[in-house]
Amino acid sequence: MHPASSIILFTTLSGLGYGLAMMLGLGLLDPAHMATKVAHVLALALISAGLLSSTAHLGNPQRAWRALSQWRSSWLSREGVMAIATFVPLTWSAWLAVIEGRYFWLPGLLGAAMSLVTVFCTAMIYASLKSVQAWHTRLTPACYLLFAIAGGLVLTVFLAACSGALTPPLAVGAVVALAAAWTVKVKWRARLQEAGPLSTPESATGLGGIGRVRLFERPHMTENYLTREMGFRVGRKHAAKLWKIAVALGAVLPCVLLLVLGMWGLGGVAGASLAALALLAFVTGLLAERWLFFAEARHAVMNYYGG
Amino acid sequence: MTSLPSLPTPKKLGLVIDLDTCVGCHACVVNCKEWNTGGYGAALSDQDPYGATVSGAWLNRVHSFEMIPDGEVVGEAGEARIVHFPKSCLHCEAAPCVTVCPTGASYKRADDGIVLVEEDMCIGCGLCAWACPYGAREMDLAAGVMKKCTLCIDRIYNETLEEVDRTPACVRTCPANARHFGDLGDPDSEVSKLVAERGGIDLMPEQGTLPVNKYLPPRQRQPLSASAGLLEEYMLKEDAGDATGFFGWLDKMLDRI
Repeated sequence: MHPASSIILFTTLSGLGYGLAMMLGLGLLDPAHMATKVAHVLALALISAGLLSSTAHLGNPQRAWRALSQWRSSWLSREGVMAIATFVPLTWSAWLAVIEGRYFWLPGLLGAAMSLVTVFCTAMIYASLKSVQAWHTRLTPACYLLFAIAGGLVLTVFLAACSGALTPPLAVGAVVALAAAWTVKVKWRARLQEAGPLSTPESATGLGGIGRVRLFERPHMTENYLTREMGFRVGRKHAAKLWKIAVALGAVLPCVLLLVLGMWGLGGVAGASLAALALLAFVTGLLAERWLFFAEARHAVMNYYGG
Repeated sequence: MTSLPSLPTPKKLGLVIDLDTCVGCHACVVNCKEWNTGGYGAALSDQDPYGATVSGAWLNRVHSFEMIPDGEVVGEAGEARIVHFPKSCLHCEAAPCVTVCPTGASYKRADDGIVLVEEDMCIGCGLCAWACPYGAREMDLAAGVMKKCTLCIDRIYNETLEEVDRTPACVRTCPANARHFGDLGDPDSEVSKLVAERGGIDLMPEQGTLPVNKYLPPRQRQPLSASAGLLEEYMLKEDAGDATGFFGWLDKMLDRI
């Protein structure tokens, strides 16, 4: 699948935003601190930026409101409905924190739960497609949810460190979430690499009885919508390298930094900069992971295009 | 409404494509583009139409595949066999492209099973093209809406056309008669009989889409040895002694020269 930057950015940013919103909703940060007020605005900004960048790839964005109508059958529609509905408790919580400087459990817990459901809907858009075998597994929503939670916790650690309120359990919690997310992700990728293809050129053409099927000529000499959208091929060598980068930056480095933070309880500028470094590494690693999520997924239609 | 109609639909209109007789001339591809660019919905645009990187939206494309049989037959083992393979929307009974649509633009007609896009409602998100394992849907980049085979809905029910023309453009134009249109839900229809007789197959049955369109596999090729005797028979027929009429006269005259 073609790794479109608008979709990679959307899933990464909105995942981080919803993750942060969950942690704010659980009341992990003290609303008296300035950093917490900023966090509420940041969560809403990340979610909005993600949603806006996802409408950037539409052919007719002026009709986007219609996408709210088919929640009975379509995960994309469900995601749209949930995303908009979730703004209500999140904005309520943000108002209370920013203007009144207090936390209220009702919009908090409601916002956290709805954020979780929204991320689940996003993941199910991909997981529901049988035509993309790599995505068609329960591990896909598990990865998206765990990465949103881990990202939210890493962001929360950074914000807590900024206001000098970082506690060791919070840092350790973030490490546990990171470990859980990457464990499931490693399983997801192992499944992708081990499973034989569901569809083959032989099953796609029904000609396997004659012999092994090979594309002789494409229907047209040049690329088309299908090959551009679904025909992306990433070299094995590059995929392996990028995966190592994703794990090193997204898992190992933030875990080490967070453990240092948690064990030595660094405060002040040193603590905040270590937390910032962990956050930066995690986001970069996650972008690489999301890029591979698309680039390594093979679409069934490529059986007709010799890919 | 993007929920599928209760299955099966009373009629299952679709195509039967004969891979044995298709010669790969692309006439169906061209006539499909010609009819549908002036017919139902937005025109089928091309980008950079006269340039080096020309591309555009097509609802029907012909691929060509090569198989190398590993049989024992002399003159066949190790020799490539080419099959031309036209591909358009299969109007699946369990169409995954329909249920993923967030706007209700994609739908399957409850009465005849044709899968269509209501273009005024389409936001051009492209998710239906992702959901289709066959690559039957292509985005029109000028109009920003999804295009697909309509089974020439503006021909098959069009009473202003002569009856012989009330078939999809691809079927009407095929010079090899490799494309057939009809109701695959009716076991007594010509297309259903053809499928039964020739062992028509589904493409990618493992995807669970239940395609309506069927493909007739190429017939078994005759090994060369089977026709060797035939050749000898014709070679021996040099004796024209039994010729009568004009050819008899010609035979006699030529013998005299």
